[in-house]
Amino acid sequence: MKLGKFLFAAAAVTALSTGASAGTLDDVKAKGFVQCGVTTGLAGFGAPNDQGQWAGFDVDFCRAMAAAIFGDAAKVKYTPTTSKERFTALQSGEIDVLARNTTWTFSRDVNLGFEFIGVNYYDGQGFMVRKSLGVTSAKELDGASVCIQTGTTTELNLADYFRSNGMSYESVVIETSAEGRGVYEEERCDVYTTDASGLAAQRSTMSDPSEHILLPEIISKEPLGPLVRHGDNQWGDIARWTLGAMIVAEELGVTSANADEMASTSKNPEILRLLGGEGDMGAQLGLPADWAKNIVKQVGNYGESFERNLGTTTPLALERGLNALWTDGGILYAPPMR
Amino acid sequence: MATETIDGPKRGSLLNDQRTRAIIFQALAFFLVVVFFIYIGTNTVRNLDALGISTGFGFLDSPAGYDIAMSLIPYEATNTHGRVFFVGLFNTLSVAIAGIFAATILGVVMGVLRLSKNWLVSKLVYWYVEILRNIPLLLQILFWYAVLITLPHPKQSIVFFGETFHLNKRGLYMPEPIAGDGFGLIVVALVVALIIVPIMSKMAKKRQEATGQTFPVFWTSVALILGLPLLAAAITGFPVTYDYAELKGFNFKGGMVLRPEFVALWFALTVYTAAFIAEIVRAGIQAVSHGQTEAAFSLGLKPSWTTRMIILPQALRVIVPPLTSQYLNLTKNSSLAIAIGYPDLVSTFGGTSLNQTGQAIEIIMITMLVYLSISLLISMMMNYYNKRIALVER
Repeated sequence: MKLGKFLFAAAAVTALSTGASAGTLDDVKAKGFVQCGVTTGLAGFGAPNDQGQWAGFDVDFCRAMAAAIFGDAAKVKYTPTTSKERFTALQSGEIDVLARNTTWTFSRDVNLGFEFIGVNYYDGQGFMVRKSLGVTSAKELDGASVCIQTGTTTELNLADYFRSNGMSYESVVIETSAEGRGVYEEERCDVYTTDASGLAAQRSTMSDPSEHILLPEIISKEPLGPLVRHGDNQWGDIARWTLGAMIVAEELGVTSANADEMASTSKNPEILRLLGGEGDMGAQLGLPADWAKNIVKQVGNYGESFERNLGTTTPLALERGLNALWTDGGILYAPPMR
Repeated sequence: MATETIDGPKRGSLLNDQRTRAIIFQALAFFLVVVFFIYIGTNTVRNLDALGISTGFGFLDSPAGYDIAMSLIPYEATNTHGRVFFVGLFNTLSVAIAGIFAATILGVVMGVLRLSKNWLVSKLVYWYVEILRNIPLLLQILFWYAVLITLPHPKQSIVFFGETFHLNKRGLYMPEPIAGDGFGLIVVALVVALIIVPIMSKMAKKRQEATGQTFPVFWTSVALILGLPLLAAAITGFPVTYDYAELKGFNFKGGMVLRPEFVALWFALTVYTAAFIAEIVRAGIQAVSHGQTEAAFSLGLKPSWTTRMIILPQALRVIVPPLTSQYLNLTKNSSLAIAIGYPDLVSTFGGTSLNQTGQAIEIIMITMLVYLSISLLISMMMNYYNKRIALVER
């Protein structure tokens, strides 16, 4: 009996540990959905909508991967993770991909055993304060109490910024963005700091957004992107080119509305390659030929996803800025699909 | 099998000998457990290696790079993760020790009041115990934190003691005493008092046993501990100056501060654990048979003496072992600090450092070892105390 229990436990451990290595695509196909790590709730990037379904810019990436693999963007299961839990969840194989406004840094890429597959949002760290404080620059924040989320690069940037400017501060470290908003609104701290896009998202859900302003200083570069585990290159390629296909689709003017039509009528070889009419890019990735068409049809191209979740018509009202296509003055750029 | 036990063990076959068999099975079980852990260990290392995650304790020497709001030892962002460990450890210990002190006092008072003959008092304590110990601790911590951060903004602080104390949602700001010349004499006086007190109490006990005459040990001790340092202070001309907290810009600067995170955690741990301690104390007192009290009274002992010399020594036997586990619980529960951002060991070293370095296995292992050590230490001290107060049977 003991031996049986032991063998069972050993088998369970082996099963858990081997799940972390190669063959993610086969595992995902076998279970029938992509397990995607998202935030615990950050408006615009990943939060349940009023029908209780996950929606947002990062969530769209998860849906795009499901569309590429299964031809059905709905085949995703979401694991909400805090900024602290997210890496362990990915390392342990609990999730297949992490799309959670995560900054691409050297140590995360190299030391933690991850592979960032690209940048889906170019961001930088900013500060939000109450208008009534009368503060106009981050240089005036000496002695302030600062609310900050634990386990983020912002924690390090903040220390660096205040140190290099010879200022002091009191950090109030909180775990989730919802908690942070609560504590900031109670005025436990004067300043809330995180990525500028996150500040816009937080502000949009405050009781009176117009009471708060973002300070002009951006103190860091925060290239946010999805990531997968090291060591499974095929899975990394699928994730990389899911994002690539969304950006290329915008470059080529392929949208969710015209994808079908373009696939049959277009004479442009680039569009035909993207939509599966020519070449065998899908097969090379281990995916169906119309993988990219499904992404664009069901989720939309990069620009559509941006406008739907973050753009000027949403409560976040973010401009494209750096995230405009390279042809429009931004730095968004995907390698050619050929 | 059944026939064997009736007939007794058969000689000759080792496997049929009950003792040998027991040893073989235990050795086998031990072997399997060891193999299991070796397997887990190597498996983990192999998989971490395959994922390209570096292992080892080198990260302890690398700079932490982030700030911690509250630290008992000097700390800044350029210090190492190793130092973060100590900052977190001392923060954990300070809230645990403060909690154990307060919970013991509150718990004993509540436990005694619970037995009060006053109906109102006893019912009030009854409800205190029933409500507090049945609400999850995490909710209580969040409750106290929510209460504390609805205090006024620093600019509208509540002031008392002539504008030297300021209470607001960022904390309780107090004047910080700064030792001047001659402060050493006060410390020496206090140490001398602390040495004299136990000697005096021993001599008083000896004298009482020899002659029957008593000596007011308690009040003499209080007088010594307070009086000697005060005398020294008077001689040296009160060499203490105060650094007052002042509102500068966003916050108060200078002085000492009790942050709402600390206070909320401390309050919650105290009132929650005190509810359990109150029940333990009540049970301990009630465990002493009423005949003991009656016997003491019939010998003409004062009620206060009866409590101190007859009831308490017997009650403590019952109280101390469960009290130990309450102390252990309180210490371990302090790791809930992370919910409100109190920088304890789990939220700094086991949280931010873990996240910045990614050394989850190493850091969690260190953190577990620390809690284990603290718990064993408390157990050891309480076992020692328990042995000392145990009734000596003659």
